[in-house]
Amino acid sequence: MGAPGPAANSSSSHTGRPLVEFQNVWKTYVTGAEPVHALRGVSINIYRGEYISIVGPSGSGKSTFMHILGCLDTPTSGRYLLAGTDVSKMDEEQLAEVRNRRIGFVFQQFHLLPSLTAWRNVELPLVYAGVGRHARKVRALSALEQVGLGNRADHHPNQLSGGQQQRVAVARALVTEPDVVLADEPTGNLDSRASADVLAMFADMHKAGRTIVLITHENDVAAAAERVTRFRDGRFIEPEQAAA
Amino acid sequence: MSFFETLRSGLEAIATHRLRSGLTVLGILIGIAAVILTVGLGEGATASVNSAINALGTNLLIVTPGSSTTGLVRGGFGSADTLTYANAKALANKKDCPDIAGVAPQVQAFATLVAGNNNWTTTVYGSTPQWLSVRGRTMAEGSWFTSADMAHAANVVVLGQTTAVELGLFNPVGQTVNIDNVPFTVEGVLASSGTSSSAQNQDDLAVVPLTTAEEVTGTANVSNIYLQATSQGTLNAADEEATNLLLQLHGITNPTEADFTITTQSSLVSTATSVDKTLTVLLAGIAAISLLVGGIGVMNIMLVSVTERIREIGLRKALGATPGVIRRQFLIEASVLGLAGGLAGAALGIIGAEVIPHFISNKIAISGFATAGAVVVAVAIGIVFGVYPASRAARLAPIEALRSE
Repeated sequence: MGAPGPAANSSSSHTGRPLVEFQNVWKTYVTGAEPVHALRGVSINIYRGEYISIVGPSGSGKSTFMHILGCLDTPTSGRYLLAGTDVSKMDEEQLAEVRNRRIGFVFQQFHLLPSLTAWRNVELPLVYAGVGRHARKVRALSALEQVGLGNRADHHPNQLSGGQQQRVAVARALVTEPDVVLADEPTGNLDSRASADVLAMFADMHKAGRTIVLITHENDVAAAAERVTRFRDGRFIEPEQAAA
Repeated sequence: MSFFETLRSGLEAIATHRLRSGLTVLGILIGIAAVILTVGLGEGATASVNSAINALGTNLLIVTPGSSTTGLVRGGFGSADTLTYANAKALANKKDCPDIAGVAPQVQAFATLVAGNNNWTTTVYGSTPQWLSVRGRTMAEGSWFTSADMAHAANVVVLGQTTAVELGLFNPVGQTVNIDNVPFTVEGVLASSGTSSSAQNQDDLAVVPLTTAEEVTGTANVSNIYLQATSQGTLNAADEEATNLLLQLHGITNPTEADFTITTQSSLVSTATSVDKTLTVLLAGIAAISLLVGGIGVMNIMLVSVTERIREIGLRKALGATPGVIRRQFLIEASVLGLAGGLAGAALGIIGAEVIPHFISNKIAISGFATAGAVVVAVAIGIVFGVYPASRAARLAPIEALRSE
């Protein structure tokens, strides 16, 4: 995992199977009398090593797209293949394993557990992956080192600044060496300097061959990505989808 | 995720909410301590009743006048004066009753004893020299009265330890004690029966020869006759021999119309114990209800915990925790709360069993089996009442959980 694919860093020369394939994915919520279509036939391919941003206003359905991409939710219809495997029909246990092994999440609210120190937060996905204690600590500390927080490993989240907390969250996303790092408004709660830090970290990760999906409503944040797509009314806006 | 890891995160969650966890544990603790103490109280009461009954003697049969049947026509228990000294003498005949080793007829009455300036009201028994062996007693000082005393209806008395002390007699042998204004010479003092703390104090009594008592009361009837079987195995045979002989002596052909009742010691034990059992079950029932309340406390706290940690659960799921892992974590938390309550409750119960008897007269017998059982029950309560909150946590959809603020 995490090894560069055959066409690692260039979006123009993709060959072989995409890492992420959405084929006419619909997501419909039936809450009241009228069914709400959050996704209206989304199709997109994302290749290994790509750094893609998805820009859209709130309510555009991009969060629903991200939930399905992150295997936190399943489509109502259509197919979603992750690394060639159809995950649209998986049960909860299988989805949990896919999330654990293939996806690294970075959230707007950081979502660190306040009772745990930085490195204990970072090792959490490894706990669920069944990695031994010693190996977990080594890997967690090295991930913290990568995000420049090696000296803050024993701090609790409330002893860290917002930017530092988000870097801990990035370390947590990286520690399992996932296929995809999925960042949902990662700079939404940060000041401009911390935002720049985080985006610089993503750029470094991209150079190292990591696949990154960045979801945002800010154009300047989205511009940091190598490939920018626009999302509106439950689907990608045509030109971008054609480009994919 | 290994069991150890799950246990660790359960313990961490408990440690994070110390006060809340402590209060939950308290609920279980009180219930468990109450169960252990009430069961111990019941067992202690049973044990002391048993020892009081066993202190009456060994392999005993007690013949009392009147019928034990509750028919409307017949007089109540012990109401008829149908037993006599002559009956007792007949029962002592080895030819008719080979399985009866000893016979001690008793008359008994309350009387006031006076020695010097002290007086004391106690039960005065009139009996035969065999009383001492039938009742399994020994002498502490002086001697037991003799057949000669019996034959002469001598004014001699043997005192129980408590009676001697209450009369202020430090060297009682040879001293004079007035019983209802008749002077008696103290021949000896009985050794303590060892049941002075029980309700039936076997040391607060005085014994005089039966013949002397008959002169005082002017009747040859006796209150009851204590029979001692030759061994435990011959109790039933002795019962049968005594019944047949007494029926014959009283001229009764139909055994159901017997005007006397023979009670065995073991039936006394089982009657007394069954009363205690009822009480114990009742108390234990109340204690069980408090345990149930404790269990509901666990459920309540676990539900609060699930709601409060909804984001944590969502995050853990996003990071790869399966529903099973989440369920196990909450179940472990609940059972750890139960275990902590159980262990602390057991400790409190054991301490209570040591301390409480200093303030009340009852003994509390703690059994290891009941204590271990109570701890197991506490853990089971944690698990049972943790199942619902745990499965709620496990079913939470990760996006809902992550979205909640």
